[in-house]
Amino acid sequence: MRLEKRTQNSTQALILAPLGAVAFTLLMSALLVLWAGAPVGQTYGLLLQGGFGSVFAFSETLTRAIPLMLTGLAATVAFKARLFNIGAEGQLYMGALAAVAVGGMHGDTSLALHPAALFIMMMLAAALAGALMLLGPALMKARLGVDEVVTTLLLNFIVLLLVSLMLDGPMKDPTAMGWPQSVALVPELELSKLIEKTRVHTGLLWACALSVGLWALMKYTVLGFDIRAVGANPRAAAFAGVSVTRTVVMVAMLSGALAGLAGAIEVAGRTSYLTLDMSPGYGYTGIVIAMLAGLHPLGVVAASVLVAGVLVGADSMSRAVGVPTFIADVIVAISLISVLVATLLTQYRVKFK
Amino acid sequence: MSDAVLQLTGITKRFGDLVANDNISLQLGAGEVLALLGENGAGKSTLVSILFGHYMADTGHIEVFGQPLPPGDPKAALAAGIGMVHQHFTLADNLSVLDNVMMGSEPLWQPFTRQHAARARLQDVAQRFGLTVDVNAQVGQLSVGERQRVEILKALYRGARILILDEPTAVLTPQESEALFAVLAEMVAQGLSIIFISHKLGEVLRVSHRVAVLRGGKLVAQADAKTSTQSQLAQWMVGHAITAPQRHPAKNTGAPICVLQKVHSGAGREKLKDVCLTLHAGEIVAIAGVSGNGQVALAELLCGTRRATSGRVELMGQALPAHPAQLVARGVARIPEDRHAVGVVGDLPVWENAVSERLRSPAFSSWGWVRRLAARAYAQRVIDAFDVRGGGASAPARSLSGGNMQKLILGRALLHPAPGAASHEAGPTRHDSAPTVPRLIVAHQPTWGLDIGAVAYVQAQLIAARDAGAAVLVISDDLDEVLTLGDRVAVIHGGYLSAARPAREWSREAIGLAMAGSADRNTVPVLTSEQKYKPL
Repeated sequence: MRLEKRTQNSTQALILAPLGAVAFTLLMSALLVLWAGAPVGQTYGLLLQGGFGSVFAFSETLTRAIPLMLTGLAATVAFKARLFNIGAEGQLYMGALAAVAVGGMHGDTSLALHPAALFIMMMLAAALAGALMLLGPALMKARLGVDEVVTTLLLNFIVLLLVSLMLDGPMKDPTAMGWPQSVALVPELELSKLIEKTRVHTGLLWACALSVGLWALMKYTVLGFDIRAVGANPRAAAFAGVSVTRTVVMVAMLSGALAGLAGAIEVAGRTSYLTLDMSPGYGYTGIVIAMLAGLHPLGVVAASVLVAGVLVGADSMSRAVGVPTFIADVIVAISLISVLVATLLTQYRVKFK
Repeated sequence: MSDAVLQLTGITKRFGDLVANDNISLQLGAGEVLALLGENGAGKSTLVSILFGHYMADTGHIEVFGQPLPPGDPKAALAAGIGMVHQHFTLADNLSVLDNVMMGSEPLWQPFTRQHAARARLQDVAQRFGLTVDVNAQVGQLSVGERQRVEILKALYRGARILILDEPTAVLTPQESEALFAVLAEMVAQGLSIIFISHKLGEVLRVSHRVAVLRGGKLVAQADAKTSTQSQLAQWMVGHAITAPQRHPAKNTGAPICVLQKVHSGAGREKLKDVCLTLHAGEIVAIAGVSGNGQVALAELLCGTRRATSGRVELMGQALPAHPAQLVARGVARIPEDRHAVGVVGDLPVWENAVSERLRSPAFSSWGWVRRLAARAYAQRVIDAFDVRGGGASAPARSLSGGNMQKLILGRALLHPAPGAASHEAGPTRHDSAPTVPRLIVAHQPTWGLDIGAVAYVQAQLIAARDAGAAVLVISDDLDEVLTLGDRVAVIHGGYLSAARPAREWSREAIGLAMAGSADRNTVPVLTSEQKYKPL
């Protein structure tokens, strides 16, 4: 058995591949559900209902999707340039930390600034903090050839420890009964809700606007061309006059800033203060979302809502039928693998000897 | 010839819709050299791969020495006495010649290798065919010609009676080629049979007894080498008559365009040492040399992707700009060696590749936004003017064939985006800072791997650009190309560049000696007029 490159794209394969990927994911997950001793049909039904079945369910899904969109965009722009940023989790926390520092620390001694100006400063600080987190690894990759996967991944742990230090030390909320959490943001800085009596907030609009912005940047600007060229063929890009180092650094700043904004928007929109368990791995799930979206900025929006729906739906489903919520992670993981294989099969055909 | 040692009958192989080999039947006699001639994609490699068992034919069968050859089994092919010398050598650099030859020929469970017996046998084989090589030398230390001898020895050591040589002279100097031909003659005299794959017509006629020409997967002609002519073979290869570019000497050589003074650059194999060169308007200077002797460094230096560590490079009286985009704006047209890896970004569409060099100029972007309409219009002009065939402006560049990809690269280099500015319209006298015709053309291996039609087209474009007043630097491994295009010729070896002398003062032999580094680089032997090379 071997793979042969297709000489031309087959329409059949292009239609069948995603359908096959979905079918395979559902089938494999169904086996696990059966193993857990639950009825498959009911489990999937509840999962769907829990994620998309009501206004409240869908609002929860959208709330969960917001940070995923931003970390997904962060991974998308970096991966397009073949800068494998695995550190979105750490950049997210650094962004959140910076946001809380600007928007919460001064309390009564508040800087005499208009809330709008303070809000902008808070967001800029978060973006900058995230960007600076990735600047080091990007420079080391461009100048010294240090593998950015290793550096960005390890930085995540350093950042988490730093956040823990800050939450137990200088930034600890004295009124929090000893819990390691930061002081809350000034109320005027919090994002308003999109729908009454739900948690979905205007961060959704920010995330959607950023994804459209990133799409336009990639498609219509010189920098977008540079990013795509450097990602596809750095030697040819350099020959054409693209500065590869500069492009990699720009991409790192962009990607880090998006991940940092994810943290700030999560604090401003949902929690209003920072804790160590604010993100259940949004940074890592962002990578999955970027891949599911085929590294397309607009696809990231759809993929985030889908994944968020599965994660949220699994919470309510597990309470009803007793299948652990881990099934959601398994479904997402299997779908990623089957989508990658399906993409491969649109370009190659399998030949049996 | 005598009875057939190899008989191919009705070989057909399809890849999807592509018929790579269409009902091919061929015979090879004992003591015969059969040349397999054809352009890229004609089906030569597929046919040989089927013969050697890498592919399985869809239909047809093969007989070797009267026995049917089991399909799809390289071991069976080896056992039947078929040996193959690939264009890209399959040797381990860190092992000795003897180890390389023995590798894979001994059973795994044998505790010790039988070095002594193997050495004696190898020396015996080497002596019989005049393939002198030091058996104990490390392969990494050998020259390209010697490595090829090791490859041939490897095949002979395993008892090959039919030897397939894939483009064997592509990497050799003329002298090394001559030595190879002598070895081939010796092997044939001892009854071995040879399949010689090439696209160089001259050597095909010299070396082979019979020529088989493939085109589009079909066997279009077989002919006796003695009674064939080069033009006839060329016509069979491409299917229509070819007009080779007319070489006519430069008429109006003008002012110096680009001057290199005592330039040093790079390290390791790709370096330049003390290079001096002056390129004048209206002339083609061709650089010959065995690849890996500093050509890449020289090309990259003049393409703006490499710096000189010392010395001075001037472009029209000013220091050479540091950035590729500035070079292009100053009228440098660049054709890189490897069109897939360096020339284009294969994943991006043709139109983006057409403007990639000039994307930062006001013609194609403002405030960081790409002017897509202007860019697409320019790309369409390149496509029309240079006849780039394929999926059009929006198709990914990787879908273009090699020839069309090269036309795209040539077109974007030569065609200025200013409206109405054709590539060769303005006279050679304009010396403004933003010229609309190329002032300097740096072409590294401009015709490598192209079919005859595309080669003629590219060479004609370079000559036309020269006649329009550009200074042209052609760096090529192909000596025929150097002698076809060069008004002046210089030879690069080990990073040193010989003086550029008029082409008529060089003989093929003199160039070959200089390529091998045996000639003093400053006093190159000048041969008499009778001996001078006459191009096709």
